[in-house]
Amino acid sequence: MASIRLDNLRHSYVPSPARPEDWALKRLTVELADGGAYALLGPSGCGKTTLLNLISGLLRPTEGEIYFDGLDVTDATPESRNIAQVFQFPVIYDTMTVYDNLAFPLRNRGAARADIERRVREIAAMLELDRMLSKRAAGLTADGKQKISLGRGLVRSDVNVIMFDEPLTVIDPHLKWVLRSKLRELHRKIGRTMIYVTHDQTEALTFADQVVVMKDGEIVQIGTPVELFEKPRHTFVGHFIGSPGMNLLPCVVKDGEAVFAGHPVASANAAAIRSSPKGLELGVRPEFVSFADAGVPVDMVKVLDAGRYRIVETVAAGNTIKLLVPEGRPIPSGQARLRFDPAHTRIYEDGWLVT
Amino acid sequence: MSLELKKVGKRVGADIHIHDTDLTLVEGSFNVLLGTTLAGKTTLMQLMAGLDRPTSGKVFFDGKDVTSIPVQKRNVAMVYQQFINYPNFSVYENIASPLRVNAVARDEIDRRVKKTADLLQLTAMLPRKPNELSGGQQQRTALARALVKDADLILLDEPLANLDYKLREELREELPKLFAGRRCIVVYATSEPSEALLFGSNTATMHEGRVTQFGPTTDTYRKPASLITARVFSDPPINTAAVVKRDGALVIGNNIRIPAGKAFAAVPDGEYTLAIRPHHITPFPQNGAAMVEGRVLITELSGSDSVLHFDLGGKTWVSQSVGIHPFEVGVLAKLYVDVDQGFIFGRDDQLIAGGDYG
Repeated sequence: MASIRLDNLRHSYVPSPARPEDWALKRLTVELADGGAYALLGPSGCGKTTLLNLISGLLRPTEGEIYFDGLDVTDATPESRNIAQVFQFPVIYDTMTVYDNLAFPLRNRGAARADIERRVREIAAMLELDRMLSKRAAGLTADGKQKISLGRGLVRSDVNVIMFDEPLTVIDPHLKWVLRSKLRELHRKIGRTMIYVTHDQTEALTFADQVVVMKDGEIVQIGTPVELFEKPRHTFVGHFIGSPGMNLLPCVVKDGEAVFAGHPVASANAAAIRSSPKGLELGVRPEFVSFADAGVPVDMVKVLDAGRYRIVETVAAGNTIKLLVPEGRPIPSGQARLRFDPAHTRIYEDGWLVT
Repeated sequence: MSLELKKVGKRVGADIHIHDTDLTLVEGSFNVLLGTTLAGKTTLMQLMAGLDRPTSGKVFFDGKDVTSIPVQKRNVAMVYQQFINYPNFSVYENIASPLRVNAVARDEIDRRVKKTADLLQLTAMLPRKPNELSGGQQQRTALARALVKDADLILLDEPLANLDYKLREELREELPKLFAGRRCIVVYATSEPSEALLFGSNTATMHEGRVTQFGPTTDTYRKPASLITARVFSDPPINTAAVVKRDGALVIGNNIRIPAGKAFAAVPDGEYTLAIRPHHITPFPQNGAAMVEGRVLITELSGSDSVLHFDLGGKTWVSQSVGIHPFEVGVLAKLYVDVDQGFIFGRDDQLIAGGDYG
C-alpha cells in the first residue's frame, strides 16, 4: 500500500515543447492518500491515460517527480513499482483454467503454494468465480473474462496501487451495475489505493471517494462526487458531470445581484463579486430548476421522457434552459416561469467559480 | 414507404438466431431495437438490409417482396459501432462515395455533400483524412455518408457506443433532428435502456432472438406485456420477487408483507411475480409507499443520486433515489416501496396488472 505524490509533474510527447499545447500534461502537483479510491475523469485527450502511464512507470515524465510513500520512484521501472493494472479489454490466458489465470501473478513472483491457494480462492469467491475455477478461460463470456482480469489485478496483496483503465467499457449495462458494485465492495474489503480511469461520469462518481476531473492536460477540480455535483469550481465540471449538464446563462451583476435577461436571479455567491467584470455566467443544474408562479419567463421547447424524470427544454432570450421534472408531475405548455434554487445557483467568471 | 417482416427467421445449423418475427415499420419512423449483446439486434438488422437472407419468411418493401434482392440493389445505408470510413479518401470524398457509385452528376454531388457536411458540422473538416479527425468526427462522417444518399432504410448499429459519454449525449440529441422531415425508415440498435427512452419514438425490445414487444417507446417502457420486456427495458435492473397474494397483501417469503395497494387490489389471490423499478423504492417515506426492511449490501452515491443495493428475503434489490442517502453496509434499512408503480406477472410471465402510471 502506498500514498502517491506527484510533484510538479509535466509531460510532453514532443522533443522540445514550447507552446502550451505541446504539453499533454500541464504542471500538476497532487497527493493521493494511501487506501483511497480515486477516479480520473475527463474526455478523450484530456491527459488521464498519460497520467496513469506516468504513475505506472510506462512513461517517464518530462519534468517533476513521483513519490510512493515518500520514496522517489520517478526513474523506477514499472515492475519495481509493484502496481497491478486492469485494462479495457480482458488480458488473460485463454488456454489456462480460471484458477491458473488468477494464480499467475502470484506464481510469477514466487509465492508459496499455500498462499497462492488461499488468495486465489478468496478473490474468486469475491468475484463469484469460485464455481468455475477448473474451467478453461476460453469458454467464458466477455464479462466472465473481464472478471478474471479484475481478479488478476486484485489477487496480489502486496501491491502499492491497483489501476483500472476503462475496465467496464466492454461490459453490457446490466452487468456494469454488478461489477461496479463488486469493485466498490472489494475496495472496502481490501482497502488498497485504487485509481480508476474513465470518461463515464457514472462510473467515476459511483466508484471513487475523490474524483479528479481533467481537461486539456490540467486538473480542473478534485472533489467528492457531491462537491462536483453541487459546487463545480469550473463550468467545464458543471457541463461534463451531470446528464444533461449544468445550464449556463450570460449575466451581469447589478447592486450585488445577478441579472439574467433583465430578470434578477438570487445566487449563492453574488456577494463575492466586487467589481462588475465582463464574461459572467450563471450556472444552475437542471436538477435545481423548477416551474414556479414567479421567476424567469420561458417558452417551452420540448419534453423528453427519461423514465424516472422528464427532461424539459425551455428557452429564455435565446438561451436554452433545461430542467428535470419527476415522473408523474404536471408540465405546463406554451409559456412558463422558472425558479432557480438560490443555494445551487452560482456565478462564474471566465469559466471559474467566483469566490 | 414501409418495411414489413413476415415470419422472418434465421437458423444457422441447429441454432435459431432469429425466431419467426413479424414487424412493420412505417415511413418517416425512428425505431429503436433494444437488447443486450447477442439478443439478435445486429442479425435482425442484417435481415432487414438484405445483408443476410432469412431461412424462413419474407421481407417486403413498399409491399414488394425483396427477400431475395441483395443489399447492393436496395437503397439501404448502415452505420456501425466501429468508425468505418475510407482511410485514403478525404472527408469530402468519403461523403461523396455513395453518390459517385450511383453516377450522380458532379454539381449535384457537390451540393449534397456540402449540405450534409453542414448538417453534421463537418464543413471545416471536408479536406481532411479520417485519421486526422476525432472519434466523434469520424462517426459524423460515417453518418453523413449514410444520410447523403437519401436511403429508404437507414440502419444504425450502436453508432454511439465507442464515443465518449458527453459526445454521445451531443450526437444523441442531434440524430432525431437529422431525420426529421425525411421519408426514410430509421432503425437504431442499442443495449442501453436510457438511450431508447431519450430517443422516444418506437422501441422493439429483443431477447434471445425474439422481438418481445414493439410499440411507442413509452408504452413499451410503462406497459411491458411480459416480464422479459420489463427486464430488458430497465437500467438499473428491475427488482423482482416471487409473491403470494393473500389477505389484501403481496407476501414475499414468509414474513415480508406489502399491502396490495390500488393497483393490485383486484388481482385474485395466488402466486405471481412482482416487478418494480429501482426508482420506485426510496430510502425515505413517500405517499402511499409500503415500508420494508432490507440489509444494505452496498451504497453507490453519485453526487446527485443514491443507489442502494439491499437484501430482501434472500434476493438483491436496488433502490435509486434523488439526493444523498448514505447507509453503512450491513445495517437494516427502512425502504419504501411505491407498489402502485410496480407490475404483477402471472406464472407464464405475462402482465396481469400494473403499468397504469401517468
